[in-house]
Amino acid sequence: MKRSTIFLLAGAILGGLFLLATLLYKSGSGGQARGADPTLLVRMHAQTLGPPDAKVHIVEFLDPACEACRAFYPFVKQLMAANPGKIKLTVRHVPFHTGADSVVKVLEASKKQGKYWPTLEAVLASQPQWAINHQARIELVWNQLEGTGLDLEKVRSDMNAPEVERNMKQDQADAAALKVEKTPEYFVNGRRMETFGYEQLRKLVQEEIAASYP
Amino acid sequence: MNSNTRATDAAWLLVFGAWLVATASTLGALFFSEVMQLPPCVLCWYQRIFMFPLVLLLPIGLFPFDPRVVRYALPLVLIGSVIAVFHVLLVAGVIPESVTPCSRGVPCSETQIEWFGFLSIPVLSAVAFALMTLLLFLAHYRTNK
Repeated sequence: MKRSTIFLLAGAILGGLFLLATLLYKSGSGGQARGADPTLLVRMHAQTLGPPDAKVHIVEFLDPACEACRAFYPFVKQLMAANPGKIKLTVRHVPFHTGADSVVKVLEASKKQGKYWPTLEAVLASQPQWAINHQARIELVWNQLEGTGLDLEKVRSDMNAPEVERNMKQDQADAAALKVEKTPEYFVNGRRMETFGYEQLRKLVQEEIAASYP
Repeated sequence: MNSNTRATDAAWLLVFGAWLVATASTLGALFFSEVMQLPPCVLCWYQRIFMFPLVLLLPIGLFPFDPRVVRYALPLVLIGSVIAVFHVLLVAGVIPESVTPCSRGVPCSETQIEWFGFLSIPVLSAVAFALMTLLLFLAHYRTNK
C-alpha cells in the first residue's frame, strides 16, 4: 500500500471514531437531560428557601468548599429577588473537596437550631478563610460562625448524630444517581443546564418562569 | 542501497506511529473539552500547546519523507513530556499544589476522569508523550545507521 493511502486511511479512521464517539455521547446524555426523577431531587431533610407555592423550583447540589458554588450563590439569590414569589431554592450537599464532609455536617447540624440559611451564607462568605488550597479545614470554620447566633457547642455534638450522617449519605447517593459530577449543579423544575454558566442558568430559570406563569 | 531503503521505511513508519499517537491524543483532548465539556486546567492547556502542532508538523515531514522532522518535533515532545510528568506528580500529591500556577479556574489536582482505577487524563497525556518520545528517538537512530 502506498504511504499516502495508509496516512489518509488512518486519518479517516481516527476522524470517524471521533464523530462516532461524539454521536454516541450526545445521544447517551440527551436522554437523561430531559427530566430528573423528582424523588431524588428533594428529601425531607433538605432545606428550602422561598415561598412554598412558588412554581419554579431550583434544586442546587453544592459543595461548601467549592469556589464556583460560592460565586453562584449570590447570583441565584439575585434571580430569586428579581422574580419575587416565583422561585424557591432547595440545597443539597455533595462534599467533593477533601475535608468538606465535616463542613456539611455542621450545615446539617445547624438545621436542628433552625439556622441553616445564615450558617450556609456565613460558611460560603468566609470560604477563602477556611478552604485552603482546595482543602476544607473545619477548625478554621468555627470562628466564622460567631455572628450566626448558632449554639456552637450544640453543633459540635449534633454533627456526630446518626441522622446527620444519614442525611449527608442520602444527598451523596441522590447526587450519584442523578450523575451530579461537578458542583454547583442546578435542576430547575427537574431540568439541568446543558452547559455550565451564569447565562445558561438564567435562561433555564426564565424558560421555566415563562412556562409556569404565562 | 537496499538496506538503506528498509531503514528509511522503518523510520517512516515510526514517525507515522508518532503522528497516530499525536492525532489520537488531540482528538481525545478535544472530545473531553468540547463534547464532554470538561474544562481543561492550566497545565492541560500547556500540554495541548505542545501536542496539537505535532498533528500538522509530523505529516509535513512524512510527505516526502524528511528524517530531519524528528529534530523539529522532538523539542515539542520533550517539553510536553516534562509538563505531563509534572502534572501526574501533582495529581499524585508528590508536588504540592501551592507551587503550581493553577490557583484560579480549574484546579489541576482535581481528577475529572478515572478509568480502570488509574487512567486519568494527565496519565493518558504522559503515556502519549512518552510513546512519541520513544518512537521519534527510534526513528532518529534508524536513519542515522
